[in-house]
Amino acid sequence: MREMLTGNGAAAWGARLAEVEYLPAFPITPQTEIIETIAKWIDFGECNCRIVMLDSEHSMITAAGAAATTGVRTFTATSSQGLLYGMEMLYTVAGWRAPFVLVNVSRGLASPITLEPDHNDILAARDCGFLQLHCATCQEVLDSVLLAFRVAEDPRVRLPVIVNLDGFYLSFTREPVKVPSVQEVAGFLPPFDPQNQGFRAGTPFSQAVAVLGGTAYSYFRYQSHLAARNAEAVFTESAVLFNETFGRSYQAVETYCCDDAEVVFVMMGSFATKAKAAVDQLRAAGQAVGLLRPLLLRPFPAEAVRRALVGKRGVAIVDQNLSPGYGGILHSEFAANLYGCRDVNPVLVSFIGGLGGRDIGPEEFFEMVNITRAAVASGCIPPPRLLYTESELRDMRKWQSIALEHRSGGELQ
Amino acid sequence: MSETRFKTVRNLPPDHLLGTGTAMCAGCGGLEALHQIYDILGEKTVFINAAGCMTLLAVYPFTPFRGSWLYTAMASAPAGAQGVRDALDILLERGRMTAAEDLQTVVLTGDGAAYGMGLSATSGAIERGLDFLYICYDNEGYGNTGQQTSGATPHGAGTATNKGALGYPGDKKDLFAIWAAHRPAYVATVIGAEPLDLARKVEQAMQLTGPRLILALAPCPTGWGFDPDATVQLGKLAVETGVWPLKESRGGKTMHTKVPKKRLPVEDYLKCQGRFAHLFVPERKDSVLLEIQAKIDAYWGAVECHGAVDP
Repeated sequence: MREMLTGNGAAAWGARLAEVEYLPAFPITPQTEIIETIAKWIDFGECNCRIVMLDSEHSMITAAGAAATTGVRTFTATSSQGLLYGMEMLYTVAGWRAPFVLVNVSRGLASPITLEPDHNDILAARDCGFLQLHCATCQEVLDSVLLAFRVAEDPRVRLPVIVNLDGFYLSFTREPVKVPSVQEVAGFLPPFDPQNQGFRAGTPFSQAVAVLGGTAYSYFRYQSHLAARNAEAVFTESAVLFNETFGRSYQAVETYCCDDAEVVFVMMGSFATKAKAAVDQLRAAGQAVGLLRPLLLRPFPAEAVRRALVGKRGVAIVDQNLSPGYGGILHSEFAANLYGCRDVNPVLVSFIGGLGGRDIGPEEFFEMVNITRAAVASGCIPPPRLLYTESELRDMRKWQSIALEHRSGGELQ
Repeated sequence: MSETRFKTVRNLPPDHLLGTGTAMCAGCGGLEALHQIYDILGEKTVFINAAGCMTLLAVYPFTPFRGSWLYTAMASAPAGAQGVRDALDILLERGRMTAAEDLQTVVLTGDGAAYGMGLSATSGAIERGLDFLYICYDNEGYGNTGQQTSGATPHGAGTATNKGALGYPGDKKDLFAIWAAHRPAYVATVIGAEPLDLARKVEQAMQLTGPRLILALAPCPTGWGFDPDATVQLGKLAVETGVWPLKESRGGKTMHTKVPKKRLPVEDYLKCQGRFAHLFVPERKDSVLLEIQAKIDAYWGAVECHGAVDP
């Protein structure tokens, strides 16, 4: 069945097709449509799931982890401030090895408070122990939810997964989405088998007990890391099965026109589709450029990234996030991954763009290629470039003058 | 109270279920209460714990519990209970678990979580009618970190963050009333020094479904400044001076289960605790002592007039 679905609708369909049994929920823009959609299905008997409204995202993530640990398939969703409000529990439930799926609809973080997307929310959760899938299209959202459950519940992994989509650009944008049948999904995603996890009378189970000293602590932390490392192969296996079942192919790292490219863009999420369009335009203008997009960010697909960048001269990393005082977070991940590789040593140039939903225009992609080529030619690597146009600055100056006029009580001219 | 199997102390469980050798301090009034509660609740329980002293009951690879345990975080133990209870219900409904395998969902927190950081999650769990038992061991301060002032600290008490001549200037929050205002299935105060009253209340709570609070005053030798062998004596004084009213609330009606016939002066309770020593030396702070006594008298005056204090 092919339907016009928003990214939020696609996420809800993913949960429905995964036959999730439990949905602890809390509303937040731009995520709310996901829980409302599933709630409606539950109310009208189309979805056999229990929904419960919690008092906060902190409680919601606690309840999700507790239910998954007790042995039911659990799904939840949040955004931005909500993800950060629940941050303590992201780390905690990942340590419980509670396998469930959380959809995050990315939105810029306060301050200033805003509604539109960037990736500082999801990247703040980079080190919490959840695996991360970053979606670029509505189809990918639905498919990633199914993939995420399969990877999360695999006994070699047993970790929660965040599926990320961009607020507004995906959450509220309708695209044609192939919605598989329940029967097809059943062939791909078997019922959740919690194995030795769960609370039962007669088989006492102590979960998440305290440890004293670094020996036990380090052991359990290392276990989580090794499980996350296993997840890359499990993801790849699952993607192969997914392709056989549904005829759609996914890789941990998507590459577009990379093979003969001299300069490659690196981007995540829906804004990568802007880069894809720019690659087509640049190619039409005779420029050998390509795009690399990590779908899987945790575990970090280190080898796949290196392979894709063999022989490239310049890489323009466009971070839709900002680590103030450093620059782009993806840039540091890529730099760390490529450092010291003899056969993979492109010049990495860092760009910051798309914060709070700010558009990135085609002319900016052209300019980024010019800057990257100049850095390759000179060997001189510029500091992170903050994408901003003169017309934006003029708008900003106008607003500032209005704000100042109001503050000083003066009449507007 | 309906028919009880605990008519005299002879009826109390002869066997103790909770293991010994835990990291709790000698003379811990919270552990004293928990022992008694656990003997009645039994091992078909899953304890969902919030950060506090009792987080150190289960330290890998040991646990004193015969049943299950889930440590959450400081603020969200009731939400953990929600997830566990809902999941158990789902497993039961779908035949993936038998009724015999079902568990009582029990939250275990200190006053730091119960009176403060955990209130939002607690209020939410009560309003949703979650079927769970909530045990709070109230040692009237952030005990695990060295007895800083919490929402449960009483007026005038010295704490690690109120070391001045007059102690804590605020008043102890009325958690019983906050719970009772939600109209939950059951709310009761207990103390380990009154085991029969405690046993009857836990028994009562187990016969009900829905949100149920057992709020145990937990005399704390290290935090309150008294000798560990005085825990029971201090607990009895808390009741006999009227500082800690033993009561329960069901269906919006509050009953006192043990009204001291002739209340002892509150000084008898205060003067044996280091946290109140500044009220007696170097000189008596009569104004503070009178103020504390007046509040207790006003409370019991209202009880004598109306039979209860409406939350």
